[in-house]
Amino acid sequence: MLLLDVAPPAPALRTPRNGLFIRLLRRPSGVSGLLLLALILAMAASANLFYPGDPLDMVGEALLWPGADPAFPLGTDMLGRDLASGIFHGARVSLLIAAVATAVSVVIGTAAGALAGYYGKRIDAGLMRVTELFQTIPPFLFALTIVAILQPSIPTITAAIGITAWPGLARLVRAEVLKLRHGELVQASIALGASDARIILLHILPNTLAPIIVSTSILVASAILTESSLAFLGLGDPNVVSWGGMVGAGREVLRTDWYVATVPGIAIVAVVLALNLLGDAINDVLSAKDRP
Amino acid sequence: MSPPILAVEHLNIGFATRRGRLPAVHDLSFTVAQGETLAIVGESGCGKSITALALLGLVPAPGQVHGGAIRLEGHNLLGLGEAELRRLRGARIGMIFQDPMTALNPVLTVGEQIMEAILEHEPVGAPAARARAIALLDRVRIPDAARRFAEFPHRLSGGMRQRVMIAMALACAPAVLVADEPTTALDVTIQAQILELIDELKRENGTAMVLITHDLGLVAEHADRVLVMYAGRKVEERTAAALFANPLHPYTRGLIAARPRLSPGGERRRLNEIPGAVPGLDAMPPGCAFAPRCSFAVPACSAAPPPLAPAGDGLAACIRIGAADETAIGRREAIDA
Repeated sequence: MLLLDVAPPAPALRTPRNGLFIRLLRRPSGVSGLLLLALILAMAASANLFYPGDPLDMVGEALLWPGADPAFPLGTDMLGRDLASGIFHGARVSLLIAAVATAVSVVIGTAAGALAGYYGKRIDAGLMRVTELFQTIPPFLFALTIVAILQPSIPTITAAIGITAWPGLARLVRAEVLKLRHGELVQASIALGASDARIILLHILPNTLAPIIVSTSILVASAILTESSLAFLGLGDPNVVSWGGMVGAGREVLRTDWYVATVPGIAIVAVVLALNLLGDAINDVLSAKDRP
Repeated sequence: MSPPILAVEHLNIGFATRRGRLPAVHDLSFTVAQGETLAIVGESGCGKSITALALLGLVPAPGQVHGGAIRLEGHNLLGLGEAELRRLRGARIGMIFQDPMTALNPVLTVGEQIMEAILEHEPVGAPAARARAIALLDRVRIPDAARRFAEFPHRLSGGMRQRVMIAMALACAPAVLVADEPTTALDVTIQAQILELIDELKRENGTAMVLITHDLGLVAEHADRVLVMYAGRKVEERTAAALFANPLHPYTRGLIAARPRLSPGGERRRLNEIPGAVPGLDAMPPGCAFAPRCSFAVPACSAAPPPLAPAGDGLAACIRIGAADETAIGRREAIDA
C-alpha cells in the first residue's frame, strides 16, 4: 500500500503556523515538487487563455508530429485534435477530480479512523470491519465497477475514487488517535470537562495532522492515476478531455505515432512525481522537527 | 472541622483480566474538608494514582470501579452520567498532572487552552474568557502574561508549563483539586515554588486538595493530613504533624526512615531501605500485605488482613503497633545511651 509506506513513526505537528512552506523550500524534493505542481496548476488555470475553445474540436491535420507545425507544438492526434490544448484542459479535469475525490477520502478516512480510535470497543470493531470490507476489494476494480454501473461522468468518477480510497487513511488515523487516546493530553482535557467532539477536533486531530497531510498528497497522486486508468479503459467522461483518455486513444497508433500516447503519459508522470516529491518533503520537514 | 467537600466511601477498584478481577484499591475511605490538603503517599503500585484518576472518573480500561461512593459536594460521582460528570469536571473538581509537557496540547497556545477550560463551563464570550485567561496567567506568576498568552507550550520552561496547568485547573475555581505528582517532572527549586503557588491559590479560594506523591518532604511541608497506602489499602491516616513525629504503622516507619538524611556530623549514612517489593496484584498474601517485608510480623499477621483501628490521632491497620513502638523506643534509648 502506497499510503502505509509513507509515514510510519508519524510525528506530532508542533508548530503548524511556523514556516512549513519556508522549510519545504529548503529541500530539493520540496522545491522541485512545488515547482512542478505550480506549473501544472498554472496550465490548468490558463487553459482557456491559451487554448480557448473545445479541446475535443478537430483543428488541424491528423497525426502531425510534435514540432512539425509551429501552430501545434505537441502535435495532433489521429482526429486532428491539438494535443497541447488537450494537455492544458486535461490538467483541469484531472486535478479537479483528484482534489475533490481526495477531499471525500480524507473526510471519510479521518472521521472513521478518529471515531474508531477514540471510542474503541464496538464502534472501533464495527468501523474496522467496514474498512476491511473495503480493503478486500482492490480499490481500482471497486472504482471501475461503480463507474461502470453509474455511467461515467465527472461526479460519478469523483465519487467512485473518493469512496474507495479512504481505508488506508482510516487505519493510519486510527493508529495515531489510539496513541493519543490514553495519553495525558486527552485525560487532562477530560479532567477539564471537555466534550468528546472538542477533544477529537481540538486536541487529537491537530496532533495527527502530519501523517494526514503526507497521506493526502499521496492520495491526490493515486486519485490522478485511478482517474487516468479509468479514462484509459474508456470509462472517462466522454464529454471532457482527460489525460488518461488521451493515452487510451493514442494506444491505437502506438506503433506508428507513439507520441500521441506518450505526451499525455508524460503529463501524468509529471503530476504524480510532483505530488510524491512534495509528500516526501512534507514528511521530512514534519518529522525533522521532532528529532533533536 | 467543616463538613467534607469530598468523601470517598468504600472505594474498590479492580483490573479485569483473563484470570479474574485483580484488586488495585480495596475498601478505601477518606474525606477532605474545604481548604484542607490530604496527601496520599505510598510506593509505586500502591494504588494512589488510580485513586486520583477515579476521583475524576478517569480510571483507564481494564481498570474498573466496583462499588463504593465518591461524594463531591453531596453528589455521588459514581452514579452520574457522562454529561453530568463533564459539567463537574473542571468546574467543581480539577486535576493537575505529572508532566505538563504531555498534558498540554502542543498545537494550541497556552492562552487558548486556558480559554477552552473557561468556555467549556461558563457562559462568557471569547473576549471575556481571554481577559480572564491573561489574568490567570498573571495570577500564577507568569511574567508578561499578555505576551505569554500567545506562546506554544514547547516555548515555555517546565515550571511555566506547570503554572499553565495550574491556571487551567483552577480557571473555574473548583472545590477540589487533585494533584498527581505535580512536581515530579520539575527541578527541586521549581518544585518548591510550584507548591507554594498551589498553597497560596488554595488558601485564596478555599479549595481542598488531594495531593498524590511519594515525596515525603512535600507532604511534611504542604499537607494537613496524610493517608498512607500500601498494596491498595489504607494502612495509616493521621495528621501530618503527628505522623512525622510518631509514625505508627511499620510501613510508615519504614517510609520515613528511608528518606535520605544527613546525620548531625554531616557524613552520609546508608539509606534504610524497606526490604523486598510491593507484592503483585495477583500475588497478594492472605493477611497483612506488608507482613512479608515487616520486621515486626508475627504469624497472626498472615492470618487475616488487619482492620483499621483508631490509633494516635487517626487510624492505622496493624496489630503490632504496640510491639513496634516498644522496639522503636528501645532503639532510641540505645542510641541516646
